[in-house]
Amino acid sequence: MAEKHVDELSGVETTGHEWDGIRELNNPMPRWWVWTFYLTIIWAIGYAIAYPSIPLLTESTKGLLGYSSRAEVASEMADAKAAQAGLLDRIAASSVDQIIADPELSTFAIAAGASAFKVNCAQCHGTGAAGGPGYPNLNDDDWLWGGSADQIYTTLVHGIRDTQDPDTRVSEMPSFIDMLTPEQMKQTAAYVMSLSETPSDAALVEPGKQLFAENCAACHGEDAKGNRDLGAPNLSDAIWLKGKGEAAIIAQMRAPKHGMMPAWQARLGDTTVKQLAVFVHSLGGGE
Amino acid sequence: MNLYTAPDLEPADVERHDAQPVNSAKVRKPLYEKRKKIFPKRANGRFRQFKWLVMLITLGIYYLTPWIRWDRGPHAPDQAVLIDLAGRRFYFFFIEIWPQEFFFVAGLLVMAGFGLFLVTSAVGRAWCGYTCPQTVWVDLFLVVERFIEGDRNARIKLDAAPWSFDKLWKRVSKHAVWLFIGIATGGAWIFYFADAPTLLVNVLTGNAAPVAYITIAILTATTYVFGGLMREQVCTYMCPWPRIQAAMLDENSLTVTYNDWRGEPRTKHAKKAVAAGAAVGDCVDCNACVVVCPMGIDIRDGQQLECITCALCIDACDGVMDKLGRERGLISYATLSDYEANMALAQDGAGVIDPKRVRDENGRFTEKLRHFNWHVIFRPRTLLYMGVWALVGIGLIVALLSRDRLDLNVLHDRNPQFVLESDGSVRNGYVVKLLNMIPEERVITLSMEGLPGGTMRIAGQAPGDGRSFAVPVTPDKVTTLKVFVTLGKDRLAEAAEGFRFLAEDTASHERDVYNAHFNAPGE
Repeated sequence: MAEKHVDELSGVETTGHEWDGIRELNNPMPRWWVWTFYLTIIWAIGYAIAYPSIPLLTESTKGLLGYSSRAEVASEMADAKAAQAGLLDRIAASSVDQIIADPELSTFAIAAGASAFKVNCAQCHGTGAAGGPGYPNLNDDDWLWGGSADQIYTTLVHGIRDTQDPDTRVSEMPSFIDMLTPEQMKQTAAYVMSLSETPSDAALVEPGKQLFAENCAACHGEDAKGNRDLGAPNLSDAIWLKGKGEAAIIAQMRAPKHGMMPAWQARLGDTTVKQLAVFVHSLGGGE
Repeated sequence: MNLYTAPDLEPADVERHDAQPVNSAKVRKPLYEKRKKIFPKRANGRFRQFKWLVMLITLGIYYLTPWIRWDRGPHAPDQAVLIDLAGRRFYFFFIEIWPQEFFFVAGLLVMAGFGLFLVTSAVGRAWCGYTCPQTVWVDLFLVVERFIEGDRNARIKLDAAPWSFDKLWKRVSKHAVWLFIGIATGGAWIFYFADAPTLLVNVLTGNAAPVAYITIAILTATTYVFGGLMREQVCTYMCPWPRIQAAMLDENSLTVTYNDWRGEPRTKHAKKAVAAGAAVGDCVDCNACVVVCPMGIDIRDGQQLECITCALCIDACDGVMDKLGRERGLISYATLSDYEANMALAQDGAGVIDPKRVRDENGRFTEKLRHFNWHVIFRPRTLLYMGVWALVGIGLIVALLSRDRLDLNVLHDRNPQFVLESDGSVRNGYVVKLLNMIPEERVITLSMEGLPGGTMRIAGQAPGDGRSFAVPVTPDKVTTLKVFVTLGKDRLAEAAEGFRFLAEDTASHERDVYNAHFNAPGE
């Protein structure tokens, strides 16, 4: 480097860099700034040694501290699990009715069940468990297979018409397309309708009642209040799972639709299923 | 042809200026200047006495308040002043504040703000000079410094002396005591946030939460650095208040004033000057006011940003005036308007001060001199501050006396909005929260008004439908209930009218009402 050159105008030493007669002044950074800068470099070296940092071909260096954000998440989840362990153990050892009777357990089970519901059940039953055409509303008091906590639990454990589970709840409504004439179907539908609403034609109701007793009462009952052992719906109430009105009733007689729910115990484990049962039972329709 | 003509090297018509660039590199100073040490001398007098008293009271309040006990029964802590962050409660003697009542704290801050405006416009920077924590702790640190190192002259000598065992010992013990005060200050702070006796044991045995130790460490550092090392620099460079309060002061605000009209011309050789027939003021230029100043200024330069109006220069000067047998008050609290009137009296047309003009032939002050009149404190500006301050205060008291200790919050279920039951009736769900804001067990009657034919039931409680339930609520807590309201099929037309939830303490008749909606299918 050339000898020191001092700029005449400012009296400041230059760096020796020159472009077309323009020289760069050598104004040093403040001391504290420089030291902070050096400190950050030292820090960075220390950090690179202590923590995973340098990318290699297949993975990165591990760092002396062996830190990993994935392991941290895993340990946090393990901590949360450990914190819940007492409650989960008690839930595992209790029946659903015992859980509901214990305020601490039921509060925990309802919260956990609500979260499991959003992940596993909301796809069919909706986030508010209000269901939809063909998918039962779990808030109301109309239950196909029973609305006590224990019955809900059994339904969840084995599912409905789940061919994978030998103990699943199963029943089937036959098609009446070969057994009843279209006119007879109209009469039967008018009778069923008359149990809760005004039918379209009062003259159809009387013959319909006879046809109902002969063809339908075996499953749905003499009074059409259904049969929970068979999952046969109550036809005399205000709730219509497959659609309201005579046309919908006739459609169900011609080509019956059946709902299907998977068995959940094998997938979620008994504890989560119990929590789900307690949650569903708490929605307001539980018996 | 050569068009170039040689320039006239010394043209006569070029004007030359006698000037220096203000910001030339040769005269430019560095932006940062090293702190010059200040060695304030101990002052004696009325204001010093008053400041000792203020220091005793403020430090006493700060260190002792967390230890005051206040019985609130078995369901609430017995510490008189407690900010319970974990439980989200603030206790102040007989007052308990829930988070939603935080406006009381906001109101107190508004009052503190207007109180500060009021005090500043009436008596100047009294806050800075007497009660600001920075001033109080610096005073405390100076007491320690004087006790160990001696008064001003001894300290200057010690500071200039080369390092020796004596100097080292004095410095180490001074800083050790300062750090101890810092730890005590940080330690006292944390007691406001937890039960003080329990926390003290935990802190000493190493069982307290890390946040307690971190807080002590931070406040120890700030107390030590601000009170011991930075002192007046905090006021002059860090604090925004000296700048803001300039807007609070006017010509009728009391400030510490050097009364030039009786002090000037100052002289150290009064006898000689009198003999020479020159005018002589009361100021003997002894610099007593300068040596006691903790801010390192000369009050005789007039009002200045650095002055915190601690009034120690008044004490120092009054002592000197007493010795000289002259009237006290060469430096005094005075308003700008009084000061200017007296200056006008003392000055001649050219602005030269002659103290004889303010004295009569017997050497006494003339009747024409203006003295501070208490009436000027009550002027539109201060009355307005007082009015707003009192208004907020009255508002807070009214709010405190009339506030609810029973609160009813209702959240209407939105998913699903309503549920159709098998008998055709419609059900709505509500989350009802009963806030029992006193530390006592109570039985609250939760009932519904309106919606004829409608019934309610509380999930998990007293099975069956009804329109009124007795609910036991936990002391000083929120009790959350899931409530279902059902309306029969034939009454759905009236659903749109809505209804009201009513929570009432049957014993005290305290009540709260919530106007609720009822959703039904719109056919």
